[in-house]
Amino acid sequence: MKYVDEYRDEAAAQQYVQAIRRTVTQPWTLMEICGGQTHTILKFGLDRMLPKEVTLVHGPGCPVCVTPVEFLDKAVTIASRPEVIFCSFGDMLRVPGSHEDLLIVKARGGDIRIVYSPLDALKLAQDRPDREVVFFAVGFETTAPANAMAVWQSKQMKLPNFSILSAHVLVPPAIEAIFSAPGNEVQGVLAPGHVCSVMGYWEYEPLAEQYRVPIVVTGFEPLDILQGLYMTLQELEEGRFEVKNQYARSVHREGNTQAQRLIREVFEVTDRAWRGIGMIPRSGLRLRDGYTEFDAERRFAVAEMAVEESPECIAGLILQGRKKPPECSAFSLCCTPEHPLGAPMVSGEGACAAYYRYGQGAQKVSSR
Amino acid sequence: MVERLRLMNKQSEIRNPQSAIGKNWQCPIPIQEYPTVLMAHGGGGRLTRMLIERMFLPAFRNSTIETLHDGAVLEIEGLRLAFTTDSFVINPLFFPGGDIGELAVNGTVNDLAMCGARPLYLSLSFILEEGFPMEDLWRVTRSIQAAAEEAEVKVVTGDTKVVDRGKGDGLFINTSGVGLIPEGVEISPQRVCPGDVVLISGAIAVHGIAILSVREGLEFETTLESDTAPLNGLVKALLDSAGPQVHMLRDPTRGGVATTLNEIASSAKVGIMLEEAGIPIRDEVRGACEILGLDPLYVANEGKYLAIVAPEAADAALEAMRAHPLGREAAIIGHVVEEHAGTVILRSQVGGKRVVDMLSGEQLPRIC
Repeated sequence: MKYVDEYRDEAAAQQYVQAIRRTVTQPWTLMEICGGQTHTILKFGLDRMLPKEVTLVHGPGCPVCVTPVEFLDKAVTIASRPEVIFCSFGDMLRVPGSHEDLLIVKARGGDIRIVYSPLDALKLAQDRPDREVVFFAVGFETTAPANAMAVWQSKQMKLPNFSILSAHVLVPPAIEAIFSAPGNEVQGVLAPGHVCSVMGYWEYEPLAEQYRVPIVVTGFEPLDILQGLYMTLQELEEGRFEVKNQYARSVHREGNTQAQRLIREVFEVTDRAWRGIGMIPRSGLRLRDGYTEFDAERRFAVAEMAVEESPECIAGLILQGRKKPPECSAFSLCCTPEHPLGAPMVSGEGACAAYYRYGQGAQKVSSR
Repeated sequence: MVERLRLMNKQSEIRNPQSAIGKNWQCPIPIQEYPTVLMAHGGGGRLTRMLIERMFLPAFRNSTIETLHDGAVLEIEGLRLAFTTDSFVINPLFFPGGDIGELAVNGTVNDLAMCGARPLYLSLSFILEEGFPMEDLWRVTRSIQAAAEEAEVKVVTGDTKVVDRGKGDGLFINTSGVGLIPEGVEISPQRVCPGDVVLISGAIAVHGIAILSVREGLEFETTLESDTAPLNGLVKALLDSAGPQVHMLRDPTRGGVATTLNEIASSAKVGIMLEEAGIPIRDEVRGACEILGLDPLYVANEGKYLAIVAPEAADAALEAMRAHPLGREAAIIGHVVEEHAGTVILRSQVGGKRVVDMLSGEQLPRIC
C-alpha cells in the first residue's frame, strides 16, 4: 500500500540497523516520547534488531495513560447521569478509575458512545437537544485543535447542551520534568511527530540546549523510528545536542499556526497532575474565560473530586522511563489488560500493554 | 489457563529477583471479576474464553464439548455427525455485501464445514422486537432462502418469539445445523503437528471493516462489501485434493485470524510462526485499519477459513483453493513449529519478530 509499504521495507530497515551498528561505540539510553512509537517498536520487533548498546525506554506520550485517575472518576460520575450522552475515544473506556471504568457504567445502562472526532459529539448534541452531550477531551497537542474547534463551533451555534471534560496535557513540560528529575538516564529523545506537526519543534530547542540532550522529531513507521534512532545516535556519538527533524514530510519548525491560534483562542495553559507522575506546572490545557460555559467540570459540579491511586502500580516510573514494565511486581500477574491496575496496561499505546501483547514470549523469541 | 498463569508467575520472578511481592504473591485466579456482563464477554477474545472455561465448561463437561471446536462431532451408529449452533445479533441488520439472514445461514454452514462435514439441515429461530417492519422481515426471509439454496442446505424446523418494544434490537436470529462427515476426513487440533503448513483461503479482515464502515458514528467512504459466503464448496475442493492430509480447519470470525490461531496453538500444543508479508490483505482494508488504529489480524472474517495441512500436501491444497471462485486469493501464511508451544509468533514485514497474543477484550479504536 502506497505511503505505508515504503516505510516498512525490510532491506531498507536492515541498512539502517547496519548503519546504527557502525555508528554506536558505547552504551546509550534513548527515549521515544510517544506511545504510538512504542507500539511500532514492539509491533515490528525493532528493539530486537538493535545492537545491545542501545537501550530504549518508553516515554509518557500515551494520552490514555497519563490522564489522572480523578478525571476518570469525574467521567464515570458524569456518564452515570441519566440525562447525559457521554462521548469518548474508544480506548478511554477501559481505563480504571478508582472503582469503575466507563465500560461498567455502559453495562449498567449509561449512554456511552465511541466517537472518532469531537465534531461527531457536537453533531450529536445538535440532533439531541433533549440530552446533555459531554465529550471527554483527552490527549496531547495532537487532539487539542479538533477539541478547540468543537468548543468554538458550539459557542457560535449557542448550543446549550454540549460540554467537554478537558484533561489535555502538553509534551514539552513533561520532557522537562523527565530531564530535570534526579537520576535521569535518558540521553537522547525521539520527539512525537504528530504533536510536532501541530506545534512545530521550536519549543524543544531550549530543552535540548539546556539539558544537553539531542532531540529528533520522529514519525511512526518502522523506518521513521530506525532513522530517528540513527540520527539521535549520530548526534550523541559526535557530542551534539541539537533538535533535528526526521519527520519532515509532516512537520516543519513553526508547526500548524492556524491550529495553534485556535488552541489559544479556546484554551489556556494550567498546572496539571499526570497519572503516576504527579503535578507538572503549566502542563495542561483548560477552557479559557469566555468558554467556561462549555466546561463539563463546572456544569456537573465535579471540579473538586480527588482520589488516590493503586500503590502497587509503578505507572509513574514507567511513564518517566525509569523502569520497564516487566520490572513491575504486578506486571502480568495482578495487572493484565483484562484487569489493569494502571493505565499503561489499558491503552493500545500504553507501554505495559505493548509489552504484555507483543513481548510476553520474549524469551521464547530470542532463544530461536 | 492455570498453567499459563503459573508460567507467568515464574517468568515474573525471574524478571524480579529482588521483589518480595513477586516471590510470595499468589495471583487471585479468576482475574476477571466483573459483576455484570460486558460487551467484551461476547467479543470472541480472552474474556469470552474465560467465561466459557470458568462458567460453562465446568457445568456441562463432557468429552465432546471439551474439544471447544466450532461444532460438535458425534458418532451415531457408525455415522459421524457434525452439530453446531450460532446466534446473530449484528447491527446494522443490512450491510454492504449482505444482511443478518445471509450471515445466519453462512455462519452455521461454515461451522459445520470446519468440522469437515457436508452441511445438510438447519433450524431457524427468530426473536423479533415488537414494531419491527414486516417488510424488513420479508427481506431477511428471502435472503435466508437464497443463502440456503446456495449452500445446498434445507431449513427444516424453526421458532418465532416476539419481545416488547425496546427489549430487543429489531431482530435476533439463531440457527443450528447438522451435517455428515465423509469417511477419511478427520479434522482435529490433535492432528496438527510441527512442519504443517498454515493456509488462509483469501484476504483477511474484510467483513469487520465493511460493518464498521456503516456503523453509526463511524461512517467512512468505502466500497468494501462483507465477504460473507458459504464455505462448504471451498472446503470440499480442499478435501477432494488433500483429503486426510488436512489436519485442521477453522473460520476466523470474531477475534480474527490472530485469536483463531492462538486457540489452535493452545489446544494443539504447538507453536505457530506467521509471515506478515505473506498474509493477503486488500489495500482499502489495510488503509481503514491504519486510520482506525485496528490490527487486521484481530478483525472478523465471514467468508474465509484457515487450513492446516501436512507439508507434502500444501502445494496441491493451495492450488485447489485458488481454483475455486471463493479461494482465488488463498495463500500460505505460516507454518507449525515445535518451539514456543501455545504461542503464535509473527515475523514482521521489516524482519523483527513479535508475539501475536489473543485479543483481550473488544478492539477499541485508539485516540491518535
